[in-house]
Amino acid sequence: MDLRFGDSKPTDEERDAVDALLGPPESAWEGADDRSDADLRWARSGRAARERRDLLLPGLHALNDRVGWISEGGLDYLCRRLTVPPAEAYGVATFYSMFSLKPRARTVVRVCTDLVCAVRGAGAPAEFGSAEGVDVEASPCLGVCERAPAMLVVRAGGPGGALPNPAPSRNWGSAPDPAPQPPEGLNSPPEGRIGAGGWDMARPAIEDEARSADIGGPGAEPPPAHAVPQSGAPGLILLRRIGVVDPSSLDDYRAHGGYTALRRAFALGPAAVIREVTDAGLLGRGGAAFPTGRKWQATASQPDRPHYLVCNADESEPGTFKDRVLMEGDPYALIESMTIAAYAVGARHGYLYLRGEYPRALRTLEHAIEQARTRGLLGENILGHGFAFDIEIRRGAGAYICGEETALFNSIEGYRGEPRSKPPFPVEKGLFGKPTAANNVETLVNVLPVLTMGAAAYAAIGTPKSTGPKLFCVSGAVTRPGLYELPFGATLGDLLGLAGTPDNLRAILLGGAAGGFVRPDELDIPLTFEGTREAGTTLGSGVVLAVDDSVPLPRLLLRVAEFFRDESCGQCVPCRVGTVRQEEALHRIADRTGAAAADDIALLRDVGRAMRDASICGLGQTAWNAVESAIDRLGAYE
Amino acid sequence: MTAIPLQPPRRLVEFTLDGEPVRVPEGGTVLDACRAVGKDVPTLCEGDTLKPKNACRVCVVEVEGARTLAPACSRRAEPGMAVRTDTERTRHSRRLVLELLASSVDLSTTPRVAEWLKEYEAKPDRFGPDAARLNEEPKVDNDLYVRDYDKCILCYKCVDACGEQWQNSFAISVVGRGFDARIAVEHDAPLTDSACVYCGNCVEVCPTGALSFKSEFDMRAAGTWDEAAQTRTTTVCAYCGVGCNLTLHVQDNEIVKVTSPHDSPVTHGNLCIKGRFGYQHVQNRD
Repeated sequence: MDLRFGDSKPTDEERDAVDALLGPPESAWEGADDRSDADLRWARSGRAARERRDLLLPGLHALNDRVGWISEGGLDYLCRRLTVPPAEAYGVATFYSMFSLKPRARTVVRVCTDLVCAVRGAGAPAEFGSAEGVDVEASPCLGVCERAPAMLVVRAGGPGGALPNPAPSRNWGSAPDPAPQPPEGLNSPPEGRIGAGGWDMARPAIEDEARSADIGGPGAEPPPAHAVPQSGAPGLILLRRIGVVDPSSLDDYRAHGGYTALRRAFALGPAAVIREVTDAGLLGRGGAAFPTGRKWQATASQPDRPHYLVCNADESEPGTFKDRVLMEGDPYALIESMTIAAYAVGARHGYLYLRGEYPRALRTLEHAIEQARTRGLLGENILGHGFAFDIEIRRGAGAYICGEETALFNSIEGYRGEPRSKPPFPVEKGLFGKPTAANNVETLVNVLPVLTMGAAAYAAIGTPKSTGPKLFCVSGAVTRPGLYELPFGATLGDLLGLAGTPDNLRAILLGGAAGGFVRPDELDIPLTFEGTREAGTTLGSGVVLAVDDSVPLPRLLLRVAEFFRDESCGQCVPCRVGTVRQEEALHRIADRTGAAAADDIALLRDVGRAMRDASICGLGQTAWNAVESAIDRLGAYE
Repeated sequence: MTAIPLQPPRRLVEFTLDGEPVRVPEGGTVLDACRAVGKDVPTLCEGDTLKPKNACRVCVVEVEGARTLAPACSRRAEPGMAVRTDTERTRHSRRLVLELLASSVDLSTTPRVAEWLKEYEAKPDRFGPDAARLNEEPKVDNDLYVRDYDKCILCYKCVDACGEQWQNSFAISVVGRGFDARIAVEHDAPLTDSACVYCGNCVEVCPTGALSFKSEFDMRAAGTWDEAAQTRTTTVCAYCGVGCNLTLHVQDNEIVKVTSPHDSPVTHGNLCIKGRFGYQHVQNRD
């Protein structure tokens, strides 16, 4: 490949950021400053140089983390180092909303404008005013809905906090302190390929007094257990360790039953593990409810090697935060279950694709993986059973679509996060074109009770068709928002009873932006895959967003439409243009009802049907669900 | 004598298409089967020299048992599958795809699209006068070809032709996301600051005329472009020894455009800058 690079040069800071990730360049061909005689005789190129394409996204993160944006010189240098065409790298960088290709302040405040925060009365980013050295950007759901309204402060900086942080401004309208001091040890130097730069934390923008008393004052992020109102209650399965164990302590995890499931897996052997998971009736918890055992069996039986395991932790469905709480509160459980899954499908390498907006989950998991490696629970010869497996974290950079598994593979591989067409399915040709088992965090964590309790006991929980415990992300107009665990089969009313609903409940959104609304008189819907399907709605990823009458429904629907317009990758016409037309129509009828809205509702139905039928992936196919349900079920615009 | 490359024999796959049994070689697509039996399925992003990208979704068909419609251009034929090409459902999605495109993109130079709009009774105006459009100005930054992205349907064909499928120049990419996605070189620079080698293979595959010869662009602007008055002569490029086939498009005794036959075993429709754009000396009469 004869690539052409521009003349722009990286700054020392940018060069340093890239070299910290990739190591110093080996020759002038890779972007070293001085050309040696040897370089003139021997060029390093070809496959070996090109096969590092998957480091493009970590490289973009390295630049963005250090400088706050990605300059021409920085991008060019990264392209030289990885032998990536600059046009393609530019296409990748512009795909992600957390990257900027234009200069911006080192501190960026990302204000959530999504459904839950809207229901909880969040202001628009413009209301935050401005401050020197700080940029405010609107963001889709940040996944801290139990603490809504939320914002995420992202601060670029060098390793070890060498660069001065901008002084916090006090002149900020409704935001009390846009740039809280990072807690100790936050700006840790990047480690290996997957290091984190200077990230700050997500915290509530507006703290009510009761809550800030809970969480130890402003600036400190509450512990993960804060998101689990049931924390410590007997009978919990998936959440039983959250708030009970120290997420940084492997010993604590083992003292609370950790790694018994992996021992059982090694005793059973891979085929029997898959049989257990199949017999337990475990269905995928990411939204599609595909039988996990079947997915594993299909991957394991592929003759092509290597096999990969991918944990989908790109939790971006508005209103979903279950995976974040699991990863922050019980990280070793995910590591153990990924090890079991890898053992079952015959993978030696696992990727954990973590959403870019989850800095604390990143730190927690990085620490946990390092600990597990040191103690022989990852790496060669795990627990002395001769099984080798390791986990690499890859950070997303702000793209809902990367939660679609094939888009996620493209993102890891260093391409634009656009979904691939299926077939072929990932179990046959997935990550790097190899057989891949891709599972959601919650799905994987369910494998632990399957193995410790046994398939029969696990299958006895819940209903015959939806077995096991299920996590629900309850948010919005409830007294106790948070993550709840209930066995499948509990009704919507049971769940909302635990969370405490107001008298003026207007609607409940199940499954997030891609889900559907139900009425307050439908609280007897059983929260199972089959129960919600029979009721003409969906469980999705377990979002339960209660909406009261303080927010006009058309405003929420408009936000759903904006979300899909923003997050459409743009690959196929029905979704790329359809989401825009949907938003335009909802804008037009925001204040209209009855006959005045009828034409646009007919238009919405037409567009929605084409998006559902003809879009490439689930994003476009579900982009009209919530709006349709609001029209048909809630009688919006009547 | 023309050499005809022979492919190894392939097994045939049998399935039903609109109730009739059809057979296509293994690995063939539903679209291959449709074309073999003379069914006219509209296509935009499909290219005979490129791997299907199935981005436009105008060729969708109904596969029995599938939840969603499938793109005919890339859905491989499987034994026993039952496919319907002309149902209310497929017509609805095709109509909407055409409406969505026609309401946002300038399709004035897209071959056959007017015919399809009529056939599917598409009404692009129904989205109202304020419906968002691409609103791009033509990029005229070199003497050879023009990029008028107001006509771009984002079919990815130019990117694929520039990249690993043909030219390996990787000068362009899709940048941005969603409705704001566009084709561009790095940092949205002019073509002259990019890796472009002006082979024009992107122009060759562009289905909408978003990419066109500067000569064609200028003549269209002047109102003198008249395809009916053009002759097409296929000859052999004289620049080097490869022997590429050139098709010279001549109007009023002037070469106005050069293409290459897509079924030429030498070029597969691809040329280099000399064959594609180096024709001025032919008509330099001084």
